[in-house]
This record gives sequence, C-alpha cells and structure tokens, in this order.
Amino acid sequence: MSALSALARLEAVRAGRAQPVATVRHVHIADAPLVLVPLKLAGEAAAPLAVMAGAAPDAPSLLIVPQPRNRDQRFAFAASLARLVLNHVETHRGEVEELPGKDGEVRLRYGDAPQLLVPNRGGVRFLRLLGRSTRFRSTEGAYAVDAAVPVLGRWLTWFADRHDHPGSSLLGAATELLRLHWATGQSSLEDGNLAALMGWIDPPDGLDGPSAAALAEDPVRWPPAGPATDPTFDNEVLAPAIAAYDRSGGDARARERLRAAIETQVTPTWELMWRAVGLLRALPEAAGVARRWERDRDAFTHYHQTFGEAYPQARRDPPVRAARRLHDLERAQEAYEAQRAFDDPLVMAEQRLTGAAFGGVVTECHPERLDETGKRPKLRPLLRVATGDPVRLEPGTPVCSAARPALKGRIVEIGGGGVLVELTGGLGRRLVPEAGVVPVEGDRVCFTSRTEGSFGIARFPDREDTPWTHGGPPEDYVPTADDAREDWS
Amino acid sequence: MSRPPLMSVPHAANAETGPAPPETDPARAAGRVVADVLADLGGGHRGVVVDSPPGAGKSTLVVRAAAHLAAAGERLMIVAQTNEQVDDLIDRLAGKHPEVPLGRLSASGYAPSDRVRAHPAVRVAQKADDLAGQTVVIATAAKWATLQDGSWPWAIVDEAYQMRSDMLLRIAGRFERALFVGDPGQLDPFSTVEVERWAGLSWDPMRSAVSVLLAHNPDLPVHRLPVSWRLPASAAPVVSDAFYPFTGFQAGTREGDRRLEFGARGMGTTYDRALEEAAATGWALYELPARHTLRTDAEAVQATAALAVRLLQRGPVAHSEQGTAGVDAARVAIGAAHRDQVAAIRAALGPHGAGITVDTANRLQGREYDVTVVLHPLSGRRDATAFHLESGRLCVLASRHRHACVVVARAGIPELLDAHPSTEPVRLGVPVKFPDGWEANQSVLAHLAAHRVPAG
Repeated sequence: MSALSALARLEAVRAGRAQPVATVRHVHIADAPLVLVPLKLAGEAAAPLAVMAGAAPDAPSLLIVPQPRNRDQRFAFAASLARLVLNHVETHRGEVEELPGKDGEVRLRYGDAPQLLVPNRGGVRFLRLLGRSTRFRSTEGAYAVDAAVPVLGRWLTWFADRHDHPGSSLLGAATELLRLHWATGQSSLEDGNLAALMGWIDPPDGLDGPSAAALAEDPVRWPPAGPATDPTFDNEVLAPAIAAYDRSGGDARARERLRAAIETQVTPTWELMWRAVGLLRALPEAAGVARRWERDRDAFTHYHQTFGEAYPQARRDPPVRAARRLHDLERAQEAYEAQRAFDDPLVMAEQRLTGAAFGGVVTECHPERLDETGKRPKLRPLLRVATGDPVRLEPGTPVCSAARPALKGRIVEIGGGGVLVELTGGLGRRLVPEAGVVPVEGDRVCFTSRTEGSFGIARFPDREDTPWTHGGPPEDYVPTADDAREDWS
Repeated sequence: MSRPPLMSVPHAANAETGPAPPETDPARAAGRVVADVLADLGGGHRGVVVDSPPGAGKSTLVVRAAAHLAAAGERLMIVAQTNEQVDDLIDRLAGKHPEVPLGRLSASGYAPSDRVRAHPAVRVAQKADDLAGQTVVIATAAKWATLQDGSWPWAIVDEAYQMRSDMLLRIAGRFERALFVGDPGQLDPFSTVEVERWAGLSWDPMRSAVSVLLAHNPDLPVHRLPVSWRLPASAAPVVSDAFYPFTGFQAGTREGDRRLEFGARGMGTTYDRALEEAAATGWALYELPARHTLRTDAEAVQATAALAVRLLQRGPVAHSEQGTAGVDAARVAIGAAHRDQVAAIRAALGPHGAGITVDTANRLQGREYDVTVVLHPLSGRRDATAFHLESGRLCVLASRHRHACVVVARAGIPELLDAHPSTEPVRLGVPVKFPDGWEANQSVLAHLAAHRVPAG
C-alpha cells in the first residue's frame, strides 16, 4: 500500500466515509452494460444455481437451475443464458468504422462493444469456469447440448481473458472498479464485500460508512453478492426448496417457490450493482479511457469477425502463446499505469511521493539550446524545475511530461531543490522548437519516469520453431470427440 | 570397496558411516567440479547446468568455459542479464584471455563503459553481422532477443536463474547447445502482472529459465560448485543451512583465516559494541526496540547509516588469505529491501559515508564487499508479505560479505513470522520451492539471536 492510499484510508476512518483516490473515472462504463449477478451451488466448483442478468435496472431476467446437480438442467440453463448474452453481444456492436489498415487495406472496427459487469472477482472466476465447462461441449452425439452453449463458452472465456488485460473495460468486477476510485476505512478483504464497500462510499441517509458497513455484515439484510451463497440460507431455505422440487417431480409451483427464494438472495446485489454503475458514471471520464476502449473494441472486432473460423480457446496456452500473452499483458500494464497518472493528478501524486516523478515551477529555461557535440546539431532545450518532491531518479533517466507525454526528456542533474532536464523529443522537426511546446519560466510542470512504450516490439519464435528448451513444437490441435469428454462427478 | 567422491555437504559428514572422509580440501573439491563441467561440455549434451552458491566462482567458471570452448574452435555467444554484467564479463574475459576475439553486441543508446574501453581489442557493434569474425560475442538477453537469425554452436547463459523462461524461449533459437550458470538461492525473476493461468505448466513463462529447461530436459547434467570463496567460515554454514538446505556448500577458508581489526578504539557505544561483535564473530544483530513503522523507519535508517559511518571511523583492517588491507568505503555496502529505504539511507549517510555502496537486494546480486550492513526486510513491519518473505532477498543481503555482516532490525521479527505463516496457495504441477522463505528467515534469525546487541 502506498503512503497516499494509506493516508486516504486513515482519512476515511476519521471522516466515516470513503475518500476519493482518483479525480476522474479510469474505466469505460457503457450506456447499457450487461449486469450479471451469478450464484453457484455451495461445495461445487462451478455448478450454476442462478444468474440475474439485464442491461437496465428495471428489467432483470432471473435464470435458475432448480436442481444444480442435474447435468441436463445445467446445460438448459447455459442455453438460456447463452441467448441472453449472445443477444447482448450482437446488439452492442454499433456502427462499423472503416480505418486505413496496413498496405492500403481497410481495417474494420465496431463502434461499440458489449460490456459485462459482475459484483466481484468471484463473479469473474465463475464466468471463467462456466466458459471452461461449456466451450468444449458437443452439439451432437451423446450428451449433446444446445448449439448456443459452446458459443457462450467461447465468449465467456474471451471476456474472462480480457479481464486479465490491464486497462480493459469489457468485463468488470464492481468491487475492483470502485476500489480504483475510492479508499475506505476497512481492510482490503472487507472491501471485497460489495454491500460493505458501497456502505462506505455511499451510506444511506442517517448512517455513516462504518455503521452502513456493519449492517452489510448481516446476511439477511444483505445476502452475499455471490457466487457463493449464505450457508444459513443454504441450510434453511435452499436445501428444503430443492428437495421439495425433487419430490414434486418438477412441479411448476415448487419451481416457482425455489425461484422466489433465490430472488431474495440476488435482488439486493442487483440494486447495489446499478447504484455502483451510477456512482461510477457520475465521475468525469479520464482522457485515456476512450483510447483504451478503442483497444477493447479492436479486440472485440477481431474476435467477432474470426469467430466462425476459430477453434474454442485451448485449455492451456502452448509455450509461445503463453510468452506472447505475458508480454502483451506487461506492456498493457505499463501503458495503463502511465496513462492513469497522466490523466489524474491524484494518481500522479503517488508517483511523486515515491520519487518516480516530480512537479514544480520552471525557474530557468533555454528553449533554443543546441547540442553540437555530434555530427550535426540537435535541438536540446534545458529546463530547471524547482521542486520540493523527494526525487529518487538517477541522472540519465528518461522522463516525459505529464501534460503532454510526447514531450520527452532526460534528467541531467538533481540537487539544490531543483532538477535540470534536457528535452530530447516532441519538439518538432526543426532546430527551433514549435511555439508553445517548451514550457517557459513560471510554468507549472510535472515530469515522470513512468512512461509508455519502454517494451517496444518483441520478437517471438513461430509455434513450429518452439525450441528444445521448451519441449519443442507442440502438436497441432485437431478437434476430436474426446474434447467434449469430461470427468463428471 | 571405495566410496564415490561425495559432493561436499557441510554437517553431513559423520564419523559412524565409515573411514572414507568427504573431500575436505576446498580447492580440490571445487577443482574437480569445474573439471567435470568442462568435460561435460564435450560430452554431447545439449545443455549443462551449473548451480553456484554465493561467491563460488561463477564468473571465473564462465570465463574458463568460454576460453575452453574458444580454444576448441567453437564460436560462442554469452548471454548476461544486465549491461553491467556484460561489461563485467568483458573486462574479466579480455583481461584473462586477450587472445580470444571478443565482440559486444549492444543497443543503439549504449555508450561503452571504462571497463570496456580499457580493452581496445573488444569490438562493440549494434548488428550481429559486424561481429561475425569474433569468436565470442557477449550481449544482454534483451539484445539477443532482437536478433532474427544467426546461430551459434554454443551459448553460455549467465545468471540463468534470474532470467525468465519467456526470455529463454526468445533466444533459444540462436544456439545449439548451452551452458547455464546461476545461483538458485537468489531472487527469482518477477513479473509486473499477476496472472495465474500458467501455474503448473512446465513452460510457465514466469518461472526461471533453468526450471523450465530442466522440466523439459530432465536428463541434463547438473553440477554444483561446492565452495564459497567469498563467505567466511563464520557465514558459509549459516547461509548454506538457511538457503541451500539440501545441497549445501562449504567455506573456502578456515576459521581464523580471516580477521577484521579496528585501528581506533571504540567508545563503548552500542554501535561500537555491534561492530566489535561483528568483527569477532562475523555477525551482529543491532536490535532496535519493537515498533511498527513506516517503510522508511527513521530510527532504523539512522542506525544503519551510523553503523556504516562508525565502521569507517574505526579504521578497519582486513586480514585474509589475500593479505592485509584497510577497509575503505568502496569495500563496504549497505543493503535494504526497498528503493525508498535505499534513498533514505543514502541521505542519512552524509559526507562521512561518501563512497559506501547503498542498494537494494536486486542490485546487489553478484557483488562482493568486505563488510555489509543490512536493514532487515521485515524490520518494523506489521505483516510478512510474500515479497518480504522471499528467501532470495534475505539470501542476497546476507551473503555479500567477506568478513562481517551487521543486520539492523526491530525486535519482534520471530513473533511476526509466527503470526504470518506462508499462505501461498499450493498449485498442482508447481514444484515446491525450497527453501521456504519463512523457514529460511527463522533459521537466519535463530543464528543472529546469539549475536544480538540491543540499541541504546
């Protein structure tokens, strides 16, 4: 925990209310996100019990599995969920944009993309497992499932994979999104409880954060946000209702009673989810969000367009794909952290406190200085920035301006309450800087060493050139009937 | 019947098992392992792995193996992890074997350091084609990964335990056979993202290059250098027991071979007492009263800096198998876990401590000093996270010295450890890591308890 977030937490305790740790919203919130509140059967890894789903607060659909141990019912449930999710995916593509691509070709990008929101990390894990258990199902032969089931599995897997991608907004967990913007006076573990977290951020009238969070501990008032259910509910309500349904032989009234019981467990979380969406939506959007959402739309366009010709995602990444994916994730992480700090002075303040960035007033400026040591002169303006920040950077460290990241520089010396920076890039092409590019004396500036793009483009061997150190080239995947085989407990 | 020669394992020798003693002469034990390694290079294996504990002559081995392969007429690439390490190797190799044509492949922004410029025969280039005539080409792994083609019959991968396996994947196409050298006890490679999806895969890109290599090629010969030439007799058993519990190593010198003396008498302060304890026994634990603090604990930072300055003021003289020499600031290092701690200690050192190296464990890897002062990673903490428990971090900090190590810590770390047992989830297919950081920390603290000097 950084000193700044520790301070925000202490202030939250004193104020009895969550404190902002961001001045702008760093995630995209769709106009109509598909909110999913999943529940699973206790004791099972991913046996679905119910999902409340919908893209508007007043129109939830509640899908249930009356006997979650029954495989046929599970996949019937998956088929109805599939229709709901796939319908959302297909109706949230927006207009198709045509962009100039490589070699004069036209590249397509959908104008919008579907966004899924779940209450917490457990919800993401559940969707990932549900995707894993449905994407290989066979639609013919023994144990055939509805044709929509494996399609749902592939989409859920894709959403869960995008969730791993730093800065992606395609699948979000409400607790994570809220914690990105507010600090509470409770522990991180307690922040995982959506009701308690919302209690701190937006306590009901007449209550403060701690008392609202204390109320959230009562599972009768605030049932767990899933996917695990409250054990007392399991024992006293759910188990008898499922048993009654079994005894009735699938009677509609027994099913309705079960459904009503489950509805009491998900409805409070459903309402919390939309309140959380409202809170997030009320924040002004950060400048970098649109750019990251563009990347999300690119990924969505690509996956949607190649869906027909691709196999279900492999159970395991082969060596080259694993290495590539890790590289992509690390690059995205670096870009995401840099962009958040550029967009938000409160995030930048954390970097300044750790000494990775510094801000202050320009006290000295030589905008037209030339470096003439090389073959031809180069424009290298010098800036001296007076700062009280605890700068912990070595001379020679590359930095960039927070206000305009294209303006790049290098630390020359640090000392005497100031930092001397040599500007090296983003000045224009000529030997005189473009107007307004170089800060002048008296300007407030902020430079950071956490820049984007330090990774560059990485080269990886082709799959068939996987080296001996990593077991050699993996065998080509050929779909077989065995793919659908599963050890059913 | 003659017994096979044992790898020397300290404390494993016992009198009942028979008359044949384990190899006790360290020079002969180490020489035999090096000879075995060089023999294996000609043995038709695709890879050879050499584990090296701290100060066991890893760089010397790399230089010898490089010269050995070059003498056999093989073209050779050497992979190091940082530019610093590359320059170090060039300096050693060019100094010891000036007849071997040597090239340094580097990124466009690289300016040759003094150590490289001291050897004008070494060619520095940005493209591999420009170095086609050089028998040995050295570069960082990141630079090697930018090459699209070209192939070398042999590679030597230095610090292979600090290289991530995805990097090995990217450079493995450049060589046919390779010698992997590294220290399994130091810090594991890390990633800036937390993803679980590859846990348990034998090619997990977050694991170290050596563990992935051995998972796919279990028959490769693995050698262990048995002697630490750096660590004194007072430290080798402690570090060996805590961090290399199953393989072990011994000190290259005996008790009494190394001595640390002070030119100036102390004034009886607690700093003096801690330094005298360290000079006499090789270890001291300067213990501040128990307290929960910020990471940059002002008192601990002050004590760490003051101990190092006081050490220099006492005019220390080191006697060792290499002769007698005064210990100046260049031979003293201060280690800490975090960069902000390092910055705070640097600021606290003042002019009397000018020239003392202060750095994090990551940056101190592979370096050697006469005396070290270490701010314990768990000092003043409320919790023991995986970062602070990582055995490699403490291992690096506790194994940089030739004579003595002074550890600065708040009281109460054993209790903190007891309150925070390792809770990392156990995953299928992931090899259990030894030593466990928790256990290693307890082991070192148990030893330090006998060298405790309470502050104030």
